[in-house]
Amino acid sequence: MPDLRLLSAEPTDAERTAIDAVVGTAALDDGRVARSDRTRRHLLLPSLRAAQRRVGWVTEGALGYACRRLEVPPAEAYGVATFYALIALEERPADVLHVCTDLSCRLAGFDLPEGAHASPCLGLCERAPAALRTIAGDEPLEIQIPATGPPLPQQGQPGLRLLRRIADGIDPESLDAYRAAGGYSALQRALELGPAEVLREVAESRLLGRGGAAFPTGVKWEAVARQPVRPHYLVCNADESEPGTFKDRVLMEQDPFALVEAMTIGAYATGCERGFLYVRAEYPLAHARLENAFAQARADGLLGDDVMGSGFAFDIELRIGAGAYVCGEETALFQSIEGFRGEPRNKPPFPVEVGLFGKPTVVNNVETLFNVLDVVSDTGAAYAQTGTEGSTGTRLFCLSGHVGRPGLYEVPFGTTLQELLDLAEARPPKAVLLGGAAGSFLRPDQLDLRLTFEDARAAGATLGSGVVIVYDESADLVDAVLRIAEFFRDESCGQCVPCRVGTVRQEEALHRLASNKTNGNELVVLAELAQVMRDASICGLGQTAASAVQSAMMNLGVLAP
Amino acid sequence: MTVISLDAVKRIVELTVDGQEVRVTEGSTILDACRRLGVETPTLCYGDTLTPVNVCRVCVVEVEGARTLVPACSRKVEPGMVVHTDSPRVQTSRRLVLELLGSSVDLSTAPDALRYIEEYEAQPDRFGADSLTVAQAVKVDNELYVRDYSKCILCYKCVEACGDDHQNTFAIAVAGRGFGAHISTELDVTLPESACVYCGNCIAVCPTGALMPVSEFERRRDGTWDEAQQTEVDTICPYCGVGCNLTLHVQGDEIVKVSSPDDHDVTRGNLCVKGRFGYQHVQNRA
Repeated sequence: MPDLRLLSAEPTDAERTAIDAVVGTAALDDGRVARSDRTRRHLLLPSLRAAQRRVGWVTEGALGYACRRLEVPPAEAYGVATFYALIALEERPADVLHVCTDLSCRLAGFDLPEGAHASPCLGLCERAPAALRTIAGDEPLEIQIPATGPPLPQQGQPGLRLLRRIADGIDPESLDAYRAAGGYSALQRALELGPAEVLREVAESRLLGRGGAAFPTGVKWEAVARQPVRPHYLVCNADESEPGTFKDRVLMEQDPFALVEAMTIGAYATGCERGFLYVRAEYPLAHARLENAFAQARADGLLGDDVMGSGFAFDIELRIGAGAYVCGEETALFQSIEGFRGEPRNKPPFPVEVGLFGKPTVVNNVETLFNVLDVVSDTGAAYAQTGTEGSTGTRLFCLSGHVGRPGLYEVPFGTTLQELLDLAEARPPKAVLLGGAAGSFLRPDQLDLRLTFEDARAAGATLGSGVVIVYDESADLVDAVLRIAEFFRDESCGQCVPCRVGTVRQEEALHRLASNKTNGNELVVLAELAQVMRDASICGLGQTAASAVQSAMMNLGVLAP
Repeated sequence: MTVISLDAVKRIVELTVDGQEVRVTEGSTILDACRRLGVETPTLCYGDTLTPVNVCRVCVVEVEGARTLVPACSRKVEPGMVVHTDSPRVQTSRRLVLELLGSSVDLSTAPDALRYIEEYEAQPDRFGADSLTVAQAVKVDNELYVRDYSKCILCYKCVEACGDDHQNTFAIAVAGRGFGAHISTELDVTLPESACVYCGNCIAVCPTGALMPVSEFERRRDGTWDEAQQTEVDTICPYCGVGCNLTLHVQGDEIVKVSSPDDHDVTRGNLCVKGRFGYQHVQNRA
């Protein structure tokens, strides 16, 4: 990319140091870019993040320096920086409070002090109302507020699979503790079985993806494994941002070694040498615990050039988002890692063929990967004994809202929604939001729904990311519906017309209905908007941006006559 | 001896569009197949010389077996594909896309969009008078062209033309997010402060008149722009040895705009600042 016109503003020494720590020390002949740096655009977001954590915002000097080091056109870097809600391009205090104003925190009653920033769901719903404080400086700090939540509701309870170590109170910072709890026996077995047999076990488990789309994991893995193009990449999608979802956070914070082990198994089975773990920026404790887990695993030969002495090489890099729900869409996530705006790609081609950096890529959600440990340890057939024919295993559900014992619950597929609500000591609901903002509202007479992929589909609902928000008689459902519409309007990437403008028109029509300033055609308009967003949007965000709204109107009569 | 590269030999793919069978080469898009059959397909963000970005979604079609509609401009044909361009789903989506654009953007200088709105009986005003729009002040910060982003449908074409599809200058990119997404230089600096080289290749691809030469902008403002009175004269650029084709748009006895034909092998519609804007000496009568 010759003759790139760069910004003239200079970074401060602090900014330069922060960015150099990401990119490496500056090339000697200042002004020219070292050849080795030219393909390192993927370090753009980490560089901007580093500069902001140092001084509180991204100055022109810092933006310009990142561009110069990575040879990114300033206009494009500006486009990337302005895409992310948590990157500030205007001066602001080093200490910023982000207050969650999303669904569960609305029910708990949030307080937005002057100077604080309103934030979409922070994934702390079990301890709502919640906030995140970011403090820039020499030793930057991010603090989740409240710092701790209620203990795991199923603490000490036997029979859990995904949550068993957490329920037993495992030390999340100790590899020894993880090994003592049976950790790394699954990887040991995988290495004994060989990649083909691991793939067979996963296929036999009939494990379906837990990120929301319920795609068969075995099919995905086999598709990547057989791609002749190299390298293959493994990406763990931990950009959990669906309002009401916190399951992956709990897993990463409380049992990080299990994720490292599961990613290693996935990489081994599908022929990946490099993995990326993309975690949303709002999960600082998870970042710290994961980095610690990586370091200990490397020191113990569980990551690196020769995993467990098997000759298999694999390592994982942590990538941190910057406030964009859409980056949970797998192709937007790739774009984000690569240093571009998090705009979803059109599919096909699918990630198994053309994924991260254009290479075959396995992308799995955190919870999905956790399941792989049991699949490999116990065999796929044994794993499939739990749950139902179409939905094997157990599922995590994130209970919040009007429940006595909010938190993360693990139940076998086939458990009814009512049974789950009983576990959480839910108050008698007026409505239940299942699956999150991209899910749907259910009526009190629908609580006998069996929680399986197939039953949910048949009921016109989705389990989504396992969100269950309970609304009791006192709840203001109009407020919830308006917030969901606002959420999608805020989080649309803006790429395609149906979503970019459709989410705005949806919100406008709902506000007209809510304030009795109707044009007389809102119901038709909303139904048609729902259709065009579902049918013609590029990605799942637009395709589901009307589902909860429509379900509230159709199913519960909210804002509908 | 003539060597024929087998890589270049493309298979023929058969598919059905609106009940008619069509054969196109492998790697063609559904849009190519539609055009082969003469099936009219609206496009806004698609450009013959640009990589499809499939963002406007006005070209969507129904492919049997697909959960959602697919963009004809970028979706590659597959053997046995059954495509419908005239189903109610397709018609509704296209109409809605046009209504969404028409309700948020000034399309007064976007002839294709206006034609589609009529054709699909779209009613952009049905969302009410209070609908949010992208209305904003015109950016006039240089002598050669203006940027009126009230007319921008965010088709990405100018960004592609400025970037690696054509010019490799990278002066502009999409910034912001959602409805706030917009075309911008770095930190929204003026064009003279940016990397812009005034090739005007962004103007050439803009489908809505959001980007316009000052000569056209001023005549439109003064009410003296009259395309009915304009003639187009093809010639060759006199400046250098590349030999770009120029199309001079002449109104009365004045050149009012210069463009270049898309189908020219050398230029593919592109010019440099001299070819596109350096014509004043021709009409210097002093």
